[in-house]
Formats: sequence, C-alpha cells, structure tokens
Amino acid sequence: MVQIGKTNNYDALIIGAGHNGLTNAAFLAKAGLNVLVVEKNDYIGGATVSRELETGWKYSNCSYVCSLFRPEIYQALDLGRHGLEVVPIKGGVTFMQNGDYYGNYHHHEIRRREIARHSQRDADAVIRFDADLMKWCRLIRGFLLRTPPDPTSFKPRDVMEFGYLLKKFHGLSESQLYEFMRFFTMSIGEYLEEYFENPAFLAHYSGGSVIGTGLGVYSPGTAYVLLHHAMGDVDGNVGSWGFAKGGMGSVSSAIAASYTNFGGEIRTGAEVSKINVSNGRATGITLASGEVINAKKVVSNLDAKRTFLSVMDKDDLPSYVIKRAENFKIRGSSGKLNIALDGLPDFPALPKGSPLTLGHMHFTDSLQRLERAYDDWKDNRWSADPYTDTLIPTQFDPTMAPPGKHMMTVFVQYCPVNPEGGWDETKRDAFGKTVIDQIAEYSPNFKDLIVHTEIRTPKELEAEVGLTEGNIFQGELTLDQLLFNRPFPGYAQYRGPVKNMYMCSSSNHPGGGVMGAPGANSAREILRDMKRKDTTPEDFGDD
Amino acid sequence: MTKKRNIVIIGAGHNGLICAAYLAKAGHEVTVLEARDQIGGGIAPREFSKGFTAPGLAHLAYPLHPKIISDLEIGNNARSKSRTINTISLSKSGDHLHLGQSSASGGSLSSEDQEAYSAFKKEFLAYAKALSPLMMNKPPRLKNMDTKDKITLAKLGWKVRFGLKTDSMREFLRVGGINIYDVLNEVFDSEALKGAIAADAVIGHHMAPRTPTTVLTYILRLFGETENRQLTSAVPNICEALATAATSAGVNIRTQSKVEDILLSDDQVTGVRLSNVEEISADIVVSNSDAKSTFLDLVGVQDLDAMFVHRISKSRTNGDVAKLHFALKSLPNFTSLDAESLRHRLLIAPNMRYIEQAFNPSKYGEFSERPVLEITFPTIDNPALSPDGQHTMSVNASFAPYALKAGWDKKRKTFTQKVIDTVAGYAPGFESLILDHELLTPVDIESEYNIKGGHWHHGEIAIDQSFMMRPIHGTAQYNTPISGLFLCGAAAHPGGSINGLPGRNAAQRILAMTKSGDV
Repeated sequence: MVQIGKTNNYDALIIGAGHNGLTNAAFLAKAGLNVLVVEKNDYIGGATVSRELETGWKYSNCSYVCSLFRPEIYQALDLGRHGLEVVPIKGGVTFMQNGDYYGNYHHHEIRRREIARHSQRDADAVIRFDADLMKWCRLIRGFLLRTPPDPTSFKPRDVMEFGYLLKKFHGLSESQLYEFMRFFTMSIGEYLEEYFENPAFLAHYSGGSVIGTGLGVYSPGTAYVLLHHAMGDVDGNVGSWGFAKGGMGSVSSAIAASYTNFGGEIRTGAEVSKINVSNGRATGITLASGEVINAKKVVSNLDAKRTFLSVMDKDDLPSYVIKRAENFKIRGSSGKLNIALDGLPDFPALPKGSPLTLGHMHFTDSLQRLERAYDDWKDNRWSADPYTDTLIPTQFDPTMAPPGKHMMTVFVQYCPVNPEGGWDETKRDAFGKTVIDQIAEYSPNFKDLIVHTEIRTPKELEAEVGLTEGNIFQGELTLDQLLFNRPFPGYAQYRGPVKNMYMCSSSNHPGGGVMGAPGANSAREILRDMKRKDTTPEDFGDD
Repeated sequence: MTKKRNIVIIGAGHNGLICAAYLAKAGHEVTVLEARDQIGGGIAPREFSKGFTAPGLAHLAYPLHPKIISDLEIGNNARSKSRTINTISLSKSGDHLHLGQSSASGGSLSSEDQEAYSAFKKEFLAYAKALSPLMMNKPPRLKNMDTKDKITLAKLGWKVRFGLKTDSMREFLRVGGINIYDVLNEVFDSEALKGAIAADAVIGHHMAPRTPTTVLTYILRLFGETENRQLTSAVPNICEALATAATSAGVNIRTQSKVEDILLSDDQVTGVRLSNVEEISADIVVSNSDAKSTFLDLVGVQDLDAMFVHRISKSRTNGDVAKLHFALKSLPNFTSLDAESLRHRLLIAPNMRYIEQAFNPSKYGEFSERPVLEITFPTIDNPALSPDGQHTMSVNASFAPYALKAGWDKKRKTFTQKVIDTVAGYAPGFESLILDHELLTPVDIESEYNIKGGHWHHGEIAIDQSFMMRPIHGTAQYNTPISGLFLCGAAAHPGGSINGLPGRNAAQRILAMTKSGDV
C-alpha cells in the first residue's frame, strides 16, 4: 500500500461532504478525533448547496428550503456563530382554476377567516386538525435523534429502547393511540377528507406529503409523510419553513466551519473509488487517483445503493446486503426548475401587495389533479398537469440576485427517472415548458421576465448531486424503509456489514429532508464503539 | 350456566347464522331476522334468469375455519361435494398460466419463477399463520386490556418472534405495510405470474398493485389457505350446511322480516321493530349488517355520540367490484383451453400494469376501460343450476366504483359491453352464446343485499380500518357504545370473505360478556 505522509492515518474518514457527512464529521472532531471528509465535487454541500449558475444569480441547487434541520444540532455545533441564519417563510397560496385562490396566511386568525371564505365547516375543522397534527409532530420528533432498536434482538439496549418508544406512546389515551395508528397508515387524501371539504384547501395541505416520494395523495402511508414536511420549525414555530440566508449552501458551509473549527480536514475533488476491506474490517479508502488513505473508521454518506453497489467490493459483503441494496427503493419522482427573473411576476388573482407571494405557491387546486399527476408518473411520463412548490426567495434574501432581479425555485412533482426512450434535450425542454406554461396561466407577465431557466430532471440531480435516481430522501419513506427497516432490516443502527464501517446518509433513520439527524445518530454510534465521550445532542423532547 | 338471554340477530348471512348457532348451542333463545325472502345473504343461490341460477354474490370461497366446522358439527355437510380449484390466468396467446396452491405451470414460466412461487407461497402462508391469534380472537385493545387481550398479544408476539425465523420475522416486518407490486417485482420475472398474484391481493378492494397495504390484504386472503384449506366452488353447500347447523341448534330463522329500528331505552337495547311495525323484544341484539346501516339507520344518530357518528359516516365503504351473471347457450371456447379447465377459476389480469390501469379511473368515479375479471362456471359442478346443456357464467369485474360520476343507470349497458368484449378477447364468439345476463353494480348490491356502499367486505380492508380499528375504534371488540348491541358481520374484525370468523368471534365475545354479567 502507498503510504503518504503522517496524516495518512485518520481516526475517522467520511465519504461525501453533504450536510449529513459534515454533521457526522463535526461531532467526531468535537470528540477530539482526527477526522477527514473527502468530497468528489470541488465544492462541498452535496444536495444542500448554493451555486452561481447564471452571473449574479445564486441558486439553492437542489434542496431549497430549510425546516427539519434539528435545532439540537444547530445549537450543539453553534451554527449561528458560524453564519447560518434562517428566515421564516410566511404562509403560502394555492391558485385555483376558477381565478380564485386559497391564501394560507401565516397569522392563524387571518388564515381561519380565509378558510371560512371557502368553507365555514373547514374553518371549524382546522382547529381540531392543527391540534391533532401538533400532537403527532411532538410525538415523532422524540424519535428523530435516536438509534432505532432491532425488533428481533434481545440485547438490553434494544429492549430498553423499545421500552422508551412504548413509554412515549403510553402518554397517549387509548383513542389517541388508534388515531395515531390511523394517521401513520392512511393516505393524506383520505386523512384530510375526514376533516375538510374544500378541494383547494385539501390540495394545499396534501402536496407536502407527496413531495419527493413515489406515492400519490391516495397512497396509504402518505399522511405520515406530511410530518416530514410539517414537523420542522423555525424559531420554535412548528410547521413553518425557512430560507437559509445565502441559500441552502450556508447550511453546509456553517457546519463545515464548525467542523474545521474543531480541527477537521476536508478534501474536495477527491472521488472515492473503493472502501478498502481486509479480512472483514474496513481499513480506509482508495481514491479515483489511486491514492490510498487509511482510517480506523470509514463512514459512508452515500446513499445505500452507492455505498454497497459502487464503492464496496461485492466479495466483502454478505449476499443479503447486496440483495437488499439492489432492491432498495430510491426512485426519483421530482424535477426542479431554477429560474432567473428580470423582476417580480404579477399574480392578478391576488390583491395588490398581497403577502402571499412571499410563501409557497401552488397551482393545483384538487386532490384529483394531484392524483392524476401521480398516474402519469406511474406510467413513466412526467405529469401533464404537475404539482409544484414554487418560491421566490429573493424577496427575503436580495443577496441571491442582482439588484431588482429575482430568483424563482420551482420544485416539480412528478418527473420520471427514465421516460420512454430515456431523457434528451427535447424531452427535458418539453418537461420544463409544461411547468412554465402552468405558472404562466396564473401570471401573464411571467414568461417575459424569464432571463434564464435551468431544468433539472432526476437525471441531472443524480449526475450533479450524486442522489441516485435523484431521490431527494436517498430512499423512499415507505414503511419498509422506515425506523428499524431503514435502510435494511438488521442494519438500521448505522453500522455497516463489515467492521469499522458506518453509514450516515439520509438512507438511514430518520431519512431525508436536511435534518442532520442521520449524521448525528451515526456519530453517536461510532463514538460509542470507540468508547469516546458522546458529543451528540439529546433531543429537546418537546418544544 | 349463565341466565338464558333472548337474542335477536339481524341478517341471516353466513356470519349471522354462525353467530346464532354458537349462541343457541350455549343455551340462549336466538331468533335470526332476514330481510330477504331467503337466507344466506351473499352466499345464497340466485336465479337471475328463468331457469338459470348462480351462487349469488360469492362464487368462490375457502372452506369455513376448521374450528367453526368442528364447533358447529357441520364437517361432512360442508366439505362433501366441495372440490378444490386452481387458478388459470388467461393469456391472449393461449399460453395460459396455471396456479395451484404451491406450484405454478404454463405461461412459459422459467424454472426460477416456478421455484420462487412455491417458496413465496410457503413464506406468505407462514406470515398468515403468524397472524392467527389476531384473527381468531377479538382484537386486543391497546390500553385497558383484559386478560384475553393480553393473552392474544402474547400469543401474537410469540408466533411472530418464534413461529417465524429471525429472517422471516424481519422480512414480515419489512413488507407487512407495503404494496404487493414492489414485493412481486423483487421475487418474480414473469409479468403474467405477478399479475395473477397481484389480482388476488386487490380483488374486492379499492386498491391496485402499487397501493401500499396490498401485501396485508394478500396475507389476509391467504389466511383462508391456512389449516390446509384450498379454494372451493362449494359456496351453496356452505349456505345449506349453516342453515342446518343453526336450526338444529334451535335457532328460529324468519325471512322477509326487515328490521327498521333497533329499539333502545336509555342506551340499552330493548328489541327491534320490523318494517311491518311488529316489535320483537330482546335482551341482546346482534347486527350482521354493516356499520353504517347498523348505527346510522337502525340505531339512529340521535342516540349516538357526535364524534362516533362522524367517524362511522367517514369510514370508507364504497364497493369497487361489479358482479355479472350470464346465461349461456353453451360453454365458451377460450383460445387453447380445454373444457376440463373451465372447472377452475379463470382470471383476466395479464400483468400488474393492466390491473393498475384498470384501477386508475375508479379513483375518479369512472369504471375500467379494460376490467380485471374473475370467472367461474358453477353449472359445471352443478348442472341443476341451468337447463340441460346450457350454462351459467359468474363474473367479478373490477373496477366499478359505487359512486360512478355519470350515474350507473346511464352506464349499465356500456360497462356490460366492456366486460363482454374483454371476455371475447380471450374467447372469440363469446357474445353469440349469451341468452340473458344480469349486472349487479355496487349500487344494486347495496339495495338488493342491504350493504351500504355495496362493498364485499362491508368496508375497505385498509390498515386504518382493520383489527382494533374495524369498523372504527371504539366498537372494534364486537360490543358497541349501546349496551346489549353487538356487531357480528364483515364490518367487524377480521372482515369479509367467507371464513365465518366475525360471527364466531362475536359469539364468543357475547358469551363471555353474558357470563361475566356485563350484558
């Protein structure tokens, strides 16, 4: 083996400088370990990155809003001091085909009046709904920063962890228990239809549940996904989302700053070709350049497929792991448009100076339209009438575009990984046109304002960001890939199938959404195995 | 023994009869009231055209659970004449796929797929077995459990942890909540094979292969194959056998007695009122009807808690399957399929995409362009059901939503034609054999069989409407918020299909509660 310098023997080596890899590394460095993060791109951040793709315009390239990031981690790594500032997004709007709109105002009283404008019944139901949802958020948040127990194991730790989970549930009344089971297993459409009747309102609240998933609003299990988008908070505002000042890149750069501050090293432009394993133990990595770097612990922040099928040698792995990795569900279902605008588009449906354009904008006003968008994807087509989450962050953060100009980010559901005959320029532009035409229906001057459009299909997201099939959660959030099943049964505790090898990506519990939790949980397990002091935070529990 | 109670059971379907037989055997005074002029509900024979009879709604069934057969001593009666049947998934090319209980052939299956099929059935049967403590008892409450609940949970835990090997348990916990589509794609190559299995997972439900929880519906169906049971066409025999069992146990069965009202005096049942205003008093009333009919119509909302009513009326009970009966000059000629094969169950579900695309329109209140069909010929076993040489063909057609946007009255012909064309695609000249036919849409099933929504299972078998949440939580242990009123039908755990467990479990619950003096 080539030996290069004395630095070539690290305590821990993390593959991939995405937010989870950096979080993981930061907690290890904080514990006094000698840590290296290697990144294939010549910039860090992975999917949480801001880049200048059109002079003067800064884009959050992939992930675009921030909310789920664990406040415990924010505090433990002192990210505020390292330059992370999150501005809460206030409200949102769903434009209706009949020229009206539903305004999801930030202030709950105004919001209720708006709901009542569409349906008095819904305005009453929303009180019950908000209370219920908050209950489930608080329950689930308690599980995010913990290592899932193995249901087949009788190890004291696993048994005790189950005890903890049961205790959490014991606080609920009997009927609350059943209601939670229903919430966890129902489709978002059917769940909301038990509360509400107004189609636009139903659509506004359902969209979040299918963003990034290969499921439709009537697929059982999607009600739960709502939490992944609703349990986040900004300044303790559960359910509200925020923009990271300077784009999502500032999340990863802040973590990186905190990490290097603890003495950690980062090497960009260093693509890993292989995790070296000798007699059942990971010993380090080999870079594409052929350089070998040794480390006591090797941590992969790549998704489960890449980790086990591309950077590890089949012969080093149990066949079970290979089979599970091959069958790991990580289907891309989303596209994204980053649009540079010459000015702020008008939305005539809204009253002059309405604050609603400051928030999430949607153009799908019924569950049926959402479901039909999914039917297209099932048949391997992009949605002819897509659901989009559209935002104009430059209204908050002028630093992201030249003075007076704006940047629009459009997250598109659904977009297939591999349409009939594969992706090509023409198809990609046709996909982009579908989205732009939809927005233009509600904003006459929108098209004229477009300076530059960047169209991202799952193909580009995979190529650039390294998300397999462009799946933003690095693995679907279905019951077979949650908790002790994530990424595979028997490997849900962040330890890999070979000794000294670990996983910290969103392919692990509790999954994606720029939470940082997988990174932190994995660090806890590593420090535990190294008998080091645990530097990772306890969850606040209720806030 | 406990004080003799005067018990009225509403509905002489198979669950009502089973429940009645158990209660009468225990010495209670039991009367079964049936609205229709014949007993058996969905399994009663039905003359749909002069001289042509069909088995009614259910044309196939797994034998009743052996426990019930032995308890009610109906062994020979039900098993005799019953003949196990296989599934033949039709292919336009004539290369049909034959599915037995544990082996598959034809359909140019690879040897890998054939082995995978046997292994797959074995594995999933094991999952079904592991669930048996849950199926054979009242669903345990998750809080305020009684001893029985604790025993049920303990047994369930034991069976899942030790009845299954560690790997099987892991796999069970992994796939238990997901869709059959992903599982089948992992296990098999043949699209025909995947289609045939997926059809079993979704038939009778408002679901398609890609709908999460279709693995559970498949496992629940497979429960019918536990205890070495196999699918049979002997539904009418089950109906007879149960009638005999009930009457010989001393049950008094009255047909043409439609219950209009369940009578209460301060949250305690006192009896029922029939449509002919006759009042029958009872200490205990057991409803074999669906939950919406029972609570919203028979009890009435004014006597129930508002949230309870809300949740009952929001429960999803719209059927998505239509039943068709055809009177035929002679047996149709399916491309390269011998007459012998027509004894079996024919399936038109060539692949999973076909099923998914048949399902899509039903989400928007439209029926399938190319429906999924399950076809049997009851007259092959029982020529008496039709004039000499002629035949009855019984078809389940998915998907046909209860709430059809265009309204069923206007669309009956169109849908029937689509079914005929689909069959003709596999049996050229089929249409010319049709002497007469009847179409039972979910709306017809609702009115003819008094099932709200016309749903086979009296309500969708989704996880959120199963087990301790069936029909809704708060009335999932067969007793209801009304003292003395019980559920014993498919609306109650473990739900539909002809296994008789809701009736049996309900009876056990009632006997336990009368014994302890709770009723």
